Amino acid sequence: MALKGLRCKECASEYELEARYVCEGCFGPLEVHYDWSGLDPAEAKRKIQAGPAGIWRYADFLPFAARPRDPLPPGLTPLVRAERLAARLGIGELWIKNDAANPTHSFKDRVVAVALAKARELGFTTVACASTGNLANAVAAHAAAAGLESYVFVPADLEEQKLLATSIYGTNLVGVRGSYDDVNRLCTELCEARPWAFVNVNLRPYYAEGSKTLAYEAVEQLGWELPDRIVCPIASGSLFTKIGRGFEEWLELGLVKGAMPVFSGAQATGCDPVAEAFSEGWDVCRPQRPETIAKSLAIGDPADGPYAVELARRTNGSVESVADEEIRDGIRLLAETTGIFTETAGGVTVAVLAKLAEAGAIDASERVVAIITGEGLKTLDANRESFAMREIEPTLSSFAEQVEPLAAGAG
Amino acid sequence: MAVTVKIPTQLRAVTAGEDEIEVDGGTVGEALDAVFDAHEDLRERITDDGTLRRFVNVYVSGEDIRFQQGLETPLSDGDEVTILPAVAGGR
Repeated sequence: MALKGLRCKECASEYELEARYVCEGCFGPLEVHYDWSGLDPAEAKRKIQAGPAGIWRYADFLPFAARPRDPLPPGLTPLVRAERLAARLGIGELWIKNDAANPTHSFKDRVVAVALAKARELGFTTVACASTGNLANAVAAHAAAAGLESYVFVPADLEEQKLLATSIYGTNLVGVRGSYDDVNRLCTELCEARPWAFVNVNLRPYYAEGSKTLAYEAVEQLGWELPDRIVCPIASGSLFTKIGRGFEEWLELGLVKGAMPVFSGAQATGCDPVAEAFSEGWDVCRPQRPETIAKSLAIGDPADGPYAVELARRTNGSVESVADEEIRDGIRLLAETTGIFTETAGGVTVAVLAKLAEAGAIDASERVVAIITGEGLKTLDANRESFAMREIEPTLSSFAEQVEPLAAGAG
Repeated sequence: MAVTVKIPTQLRAVTAGEDEIEVDGGTVGEALDAVFDAHEDLRERITDDGTLRRFVNVYVSGEDIRFQQGLETPLSDGDEVTILPAVAGGR
């Protein structure tokens, strides 16, 4: 069996496959360790192509001995060619991986599906998380589908729409008086005191594995070829580094041939500890107090920050940050050129893509994949001031006089 | 200053199961040194060359010491010093 155990990313100490996330020797993060020796790439590909239409087609590369049953399977989201956006930015070949097309409209469905399958396997009946939005939605929904009890901890001052879109699934929604970092610290302490599976604490090694499926899907959807560059948002750095790991695994195993893509990370200026560490040449991130409209990226103390910096450096990429106004422009640019309405994190990604293109950092021959992690309807406040509507009388003359002279061109 | 240092589960094997240790210290560094004097094995688990390992977070009454004065952060009588693994899994 390919699945071996958990291993410390810092000191390589090994542990059993259980609900454990920290090395007792050095406090380093644990990661799932596999041994795929003897794997036949042609056979692996055939098995994938015959598999279900979602992340579980990659079950051989996820931390399970056998493909788990999943009542709310995510994945195999559209990879769309963005010709109009590419032309606007002067990029040769641009693809948008639209992960808003998941059950709860963000990439978090991938990681939560993996974490909850593992929680069930390990015998947990209650799952939990600290969140401010996408993760809360995903945990509440997947727990409901699986019939598990769930607790979702959020900052008490979260917007009503996010609270509603979580509580609708019948979770125990707990508002904590404090910031996200306070909620996260509370959950780390609770995790020691309650027999629960916290998807992003004690199940984190498994949870993180779900993000690799974005790399696998990109390869498969590009006809078993690699992109030249990935542009991806960074919050904790887990998504960014696990997409890198997904490509590396398939390169090592021969499922795909070519060179490792360049990794361009995207952060908001109001919370850019990873971009700062990259540009300052540091190996660790200095924690920040977030102040940005990109709330789903607002992690001031990113657990995988050092590994994200390392991946960007190793692939000749970079980590850039963009201001709130650029984020709003990015959301609009993507919507106007692709018909995809993304949340603020996607605005960050598109704004960084535009910034790299303008700086001439992207070669015209490159094939670029931009990872759009979530849905614009979840962050309507970010663009609330930006819409335009002309109100008229229900007459032909009113339309002819008041609308047609001002109509925006089709662009 | 008499303070309480809270030990996370992952380190309790070293403290014979103790989850809280009462020590004296005027700063976080002094309090941790007092803990290390009682449990020498803890020193290399959470520090490396006298600085905190990069995946160790320390809080004084809920506030991350990196937003204060690090190991020089002053303590008051009755403060709680909490050691926790650095995880922030995403939001």
